[in-house]
Amino acid sequence: MNRKQVVITGIGLVSALGEGPDAHWDALSAGASPVVDETSFAPWSVHPLPALSLDKQIPKKGDQRQMEPWQRLGTYAAGLAIDDAGARDLVADMHLIVAAGGGERDFALDEQVNAELAHANDPAQAGARLNELLSTGLRPTLFLAQLSNLLAGNISIVHGVTGSSRTFMGEEAAAADAVRIAHARLAEGRGEIALVGGALTAQRWDVLLLYRAGGGVWDGPHKPLSDRLASGGGMIFGGMSGFLVLETEEHAQARGARVLARLDAVATDASHRAAPGDSAAAARALLSRVAPEGVDAVISGATGTAAAWAEEEAFLREVKAPFRRPANLIGHGVEGAFTAHVALAALALSRGGFYAPMDPADAGEAPSPDRILVTGFGQWRGEALAVLSRPSSSRKAENA
Amino acid sequence: MRDHLGRPLVAVTGIGAVTSLGFGVAESWSRLLAGQSGIRRITRFPTDHLKTTIAGCVDLPEDRAGEPLTSPVRVERMAAVAIEEALAEAAIGSKGSFPGPLFLGMPPVEVEWPPRFDLTRQAGAPTYAAMTGAARNRKDIYETFLFGGVGERLSARFGTRGAPISLTTACATGASAIQLGVEAIQRGECEACIALGADGSVHAEALIRFSLLSALSTRNDTPEKASRPFEKARDGFVMAEGAAALVLEDYDAARARGATIIGLVSGCGERADNFHRTRSNPDGRAILGAMKNALADAGLEPGEVSYVNAHGTGTPENDKMENFGMRAIFGENAPPISSNKSMIGHTLSAAGALEAVFSLLAIRDQRLPPTINYDEPDPSITLDVVPNVARDASVRHVLSNSFGFGGQNVCLVLSGEPA
Repeated sequence: MNRKQVVITGIGLVSALGEGPDAHWDALSAGASPVVDETSFAPWSVHPLPALSLDKQIPKKGDQRQMEPWQRLGTYAAGLAIDDAGARDLVADMHLIVAAGGGERDFALDEQVNAELAHANDPAQAGARLNELLSTGLRPTLFLAQLSNLLAGNISIVHGVTGSSRTFMGEEAAAADAVRIAHARLAEGRGEIALVGGALTAQRWDVLLLYRAGGGVWDGPHKPLSDRLASGGGMIFGGMSGFLVLETEEHAQARGARVLARLDAVATDASHRAAPGDSAAAARALLSRVAPEGVDAVISGATGTAAAWAEEEAFLREVKAPFRRPANLIGHGVEGAFTAHVALAALALSRGGFYAPMDPADAGEAPSPDRILVTGFGQWRGEALAVLSRPSSSRKAENA
Repeated sequence: MRDHLGRPLVAVTGIGAVTSLGFGVAESWSRLLAGQSGIRRITRFPTDHLKTTIAGCVDLPEDRAGEPLTSPVRVERMAAVAIEEALAEAAIGSKGSFPGPLFLGMPPVEVEWPPRFDLTRQAGAPTYAAMTGAARNRKDIYETFLFGGVGERLSARFGTRGAPISLTTACATGASAIQLGVEAIQRGECEACIALGADGSVHAEALIRFSLLSALSTRNDTPEKASRPFEKARDGFVMAEGAAALVLEDYDAARARGATIIGLVSGCGERADNFHRTRSNPDGRAILGAMKNALADAGLEPGEVSYVNAHGTGTPENDKMENFGMRAIFGENAPPISSNKSMIGHTLSAAGALEAVFSLLAIRDQRLPPTINYDEPDPSITLDVVPNVARDASVRHVLSNSFGFGGQNVCLVLSGEPA
């Protein structure tokens, strides 16, 4: 099959460092400090979202009211990406893939139910009372704000994106596969333009509860990612969203769009991590498909969990390129992380530079990389690699 | 063999199903053809204070009184049963080793009330902060309720290749899973894959959520009569559980290994709506777009469709829009259309996959399943809905509709093996 080159023409990026390309480039190229809230969820820390001017991207208050913070964040960042690509008039046939978690629960209601029923002895009575409490306590439209596919639904409603709509689930891996499938569909000629991304709101207890049950959450004030390893490692979550407008190169050229970067290849796997080294081996095999001739720099998807960290360290030693770990500054963004990191790679390539070290252990300098690798080693499962290159780069892209 | 767009044909070589009518394709299909209903009163948890107390429940052997399985566990069990059946029929790979990826359509999952109560007791306080404190190293909770958990366990058990993709497009989820699998084969990413839709969301909170949206039938006194797609007195859908798995294969590869071809997935079409979170645009644009795109993808004219397997939820709104879409696509000569949901309820994330399976069986047996509970016609719905009784028909191509909350619409075309 004659595969088409795919390029990135727009990014929508929100993190604790701010929103938009300039805020991120300015902070990260100069060297930024982490933005952390260590008190609201103490003893756990979070990287909080900046204040968003929601009206700019979600003009109808009625739409804003139908969502909770997670859907608002993603819908907002999706709009930033569409604007950045100058693609407002192309949304009708734009394809959409979202990597989604779930929306916020009603925390006060949950705690009220817990208080009344957690110690109940009679299951029949407790079940009946649960029904009563939920029937009278749940807001009728909250369900729509919780449904995973309704982030994509809201992007369709608010921004008019109606080519197609798919929602992938599965933590970090969902975002990597969303980018992989969006890339593959454009490359084979299924559509000309696509929007892909994800979002995480970290300032919420249900996220902390679920992931802490896995043992991988950092307990305490912020410490540099690499310094946490000595105490067993751990994730600090960060509110973030990354959306990308992907386009076939010919479509972008035909409409005179500015190209930020080429998306050369995306590949994913999910080793079962039965033994140490499995994950690194899976990533190594992916690298030989996406970038057999190496890369100039790496944006690492390191989450902070110890086991995945060790696997990625082993992998990076062989890549032999300077690397940066955004999670130290903006936290770990689960479904929002991979696309945010691809957006950071595209941003660096478009500015012709790279970022200052983000974690004290980040090593090497890449003054002007032509080719950047984005890694994803999921906190539990999932290995993913994406390779981006400078649009002016003469190197031939491999097909993965 | 290639299709009209030069792509490999995609064959179905194995199917598996779990519904409220039975475990397995044979039992579900024979009871569908007999016009039986799987809808009944919910017994596995108390239903006091609920507006709707009926569902198409698939009760599992592991369900214990007062302690039913949680949704992700239920989804995984039913999915595994359906995959086992599909693999046995396809006779592909070996035990624990399947030569392709997994596309898993499933509902979003979240930590449920039993673990929240458990953590509250352990913490001695009902707050999220206390529960989070008590949650440390509760890998059982973590791995059960991670979105990627079910896919990882199914992938490990059946030995599928690469990263399993778990997805949701609401009520179109099962069809989207099939579409992803078809695309993977068409682009040469694999020669075989498993596409699956599964749902096990019948619990109190889910029922309440749908009730608050006024989406569910409240005909609690006569459960088997509650799901009434296209009928005048329809008052909402009936939640249900189930799973369907399809082994999809490159047609030439399947023929080369001597596999039995059940049928083809010959076209997929999708179109998103931007009108409203739970309703279609009254102009029907997205529904029409999905149906037209599916026919165009299959290279078919509307007149070549023998039968339509409806989305047919039994909500006043859906059935009216589906009727509108049918007339707009097919004009005066609309083919018969029937709704499996009249018998097995709305299996949500599983519906698109189950209905694809039943569409293939309609082609295999040259027989149309009925729309039951069709007592009084709705004058605004003018279609031949195969009322109440199955019938023989010449069936070559079937259009299967799936329209989701959130505006995600997917249509599939299922076809018989090329002559």
